[in-house]
Amino acid sequence: MSKAMLQSMPQTMYDKIWANHTVEERAGGTALLYIDKHLVHEVTSPQAFDGMRAAGRSIHRPDSIIAVPDHNVPTKDRHLPNPDPMSTAQLTALEANVKEFGLNYIPMDDKRQGIVHVVGPEQGFTQPGVTLVCGDSHTSTHGAFGALAFGIGTSEVEHVMATQTLQLKKARNMRVTVTGSLPLGCSAKDVALAIIAEIGTAGGTGYVIEYAGPVIEDLSMEGRMTLCNMSIEAGARAGLVAPDGKTFAYLKGRPYAPGDDQWDAAVAYWQELPSDHDAKFDKEVTIDGNAIVPLVTWGTSPEDVAPVTGCVPFVAEFEAEAKQEAVIKSLEYMGLSEGQLIKDIAVDRVFIGSCTNSRIEDMREAAAVIKGRHVADRIIEAMIVPGSGLVKLQAEEEGLDKIFTDAGFQWRDPGCSMCLAMNPDKAGAGEHVASTSNRNFVGRQGPGARTHLVSPAMAAAAAIAGHFVDVRDFIRGSS
Amino acid sequence: MQKFTKLSSIATPFPRVNVDTDIIIPAKHLKSIKRTGFGEHAFETVRFDSEGAPIEGNVFDCERYKDANILITGDNFGCGSSREHAPWAISELGFRCIVAPSFADIFSGNCVKNGILTVELPQGDVDALVLAAEAGHEIHIDLEEQTVLCQNAKYDFEYNAAHKEMLMAGLDEVGQTLRASKAIGSYEQKQKAATPWLFTAD
Ligand code: SF4
Repeated sequence: MSKAMLQSMPQTMYDKIWANHTVEERAGGTALLYIDKHLVHEVTSPQAFDGMRAAGRSIHRPDSIIAVPDHNVPTKDRHLPNPDPMSTAQLTALEANVKEFGLNYIPMDDKRQGIVHVVGPEQGFTQPGVTLVCGDSHTSTHGAFGALAFGIGTSEVEHVMATQTLQLKKARNMRVTVTGSLPLGCSAKDVALAIIAEIGTAGGTGYVIEYAGPVIEDLSMEGRMTLCNMSIEAGARAGLVAPDGKTFAYLKGRPYAPGDDQWDAAVAYWQELPSDHDAKFDKEVTIDGNAIVPLVTWGTSPEDVAPVTGCVPFVAEFEAEAKQEAVIKSLEYMGLSEGQLIKDIAVDRVFIGSCTNSRIEDMREAAAVIKGRHVADRIIEAMIVPGSGLVKLQAEEEGLDKIFTDAGFQWRDPGCSMCLAMNPDKAGAGEHVASTSNRNFVGRQGPGARTHLVSPAMAAAAAIAGHFVDVRDFIRGSS
Repeated sequence: MQKFTKLSSIATPFPRVNVDTDIIIPAKHLKSIKRTGFGEHAFETVRFDSEGAPIEGNVFDCERYKDANILITGDNFGCGSSREHAPWAISELGFRCIVAPSFADIFSGNCVKNGILTVELPQGDVDALVLAAEAGHEIHIDLEEQTVLCQNAKYDFEYNAAHKEMLMAGLDEVGQTLRASKAIGSYEQKQKAATPWLFTAD
């Protein structure tokens, strides 16, 4: 195909970003793709740095990297020695490596420190039209800005450091359109769960998902990040939302965003990024946004979703035999029975945080429900973990911390926390956790822990009631 | 990465089938932050008893095979997880070439990345090489010619052309991509003009 023809063909946003970053076409639909931005954290980077050192290589563009510790950091008592020697080793290694290789670094005691996927956007590092990678699968989060962002493995981390490129095969285009407008009591998390429930955890495999439609346009940047964050749970390595006025307004003035002298040129470039109106997608899915309700997962796969007003499904409702077996296993692990009302599931622990839901808007959403109420007696621990030090400061400025602590919630320091059992924040075996994170896999929040994925408002309501409740009743009740 | 063209060495015979990555390097040793230091735990269950005491006469520690750079082993070597720690560990024991009837896919891919040649030969030939290794005969590997010579016998082997190129040139994946440095450089020049805000540091 000639170049002129290619250019006249309508393109999706993904096609455009891919084309803009192709250094060399390779055989079989692969290309050497240029990587603009690279976020680094303590868990997946030490061996990459080690490999660089062993081969005597230098980092191609140190300016393309921000390093920040998040997975292993304790969320309280940070002045005390870290109880886990392994975490300490990784944290110390990161610090030594960034020094040796001369990288931008946000240390643990910096007020900007936090989860990579909260910090990147907050610093204006994440921008429309860029390629952005990180050794973490939830890098899809950054797609909220119209950035092609995806997670990579340790040897790829090294490859990007040394060459600023990756050899990749192009994915196919999928568009998920959410029509209508989001009902009261629902937020981006419910949209994400509704999409995964609809297409399944393999529905996006091999695709990059572009989210479109009025519900997506109405979402704040924070909401779009929540949505793109869970693209990986829908099987897609990356998600995208077209940049618009909200995106530009969010970025303006942030430390790593284009400065005043380049702002207009950048915006002009960004405005060319959205998919052409007649672009062809390999797969299209439409979801009725008006029909979305607050959702709760009951199983050990993010597609195991039920409306809060519904019940745990019956095994016979599933057609595929493999899924039936998986459901039987899940229910056993979760300690739930077929047909049990979701509202009857008692909650033992509550976690509001993670790269899915730890931004200021999530804090406000939780605070609106919590204000003037108190955590139920049966709750062992209810914690709110802001995604970054800046989110924490902002929340405190707004007095949200006071609302939380008055209600009996713990207000922690930023980090991945109970999203994964890699730091001191864990749930006990058999405990039901109302969690705003993204994965409800077996043992994810601690051996034997039972995770239920929900929105911040739903997690807050569950903490107060001691079991799942329809947050819409709370909202109606308080107004 | 060290180039691989020819290798002459005595060999360690380890004719066990289905040696998985957990045997090569047990999962409990993966929590390191380095890619070195795995050699001491490589083949741990073969080399040490449950108390941690060295097992007398195991092929990996005995004097006889101390200088071996070649490992002769059994079918389906390297099956299990995708961990790159397995070739790292093997490399640290001094092996640069492994001969077996077959290898797990991901494992042989990971070997190339780490400069290790995996040679597949029919079971009968491998059996003969095991005997030769036990007798202390030198084995000669020639990657260019794709041959294994031992005493008077010559064995031809098949090998992936791209992998051969990487090993012979001493290039890992990064090294291979760095061959496109010029293209990367001119791409950057072009982008600096199109999106200067992404190149503020220089
Ligand atoms: S919050 Fe959870 S999902 Fe997000 S980066 Fe941390 S561990 Fe990964």
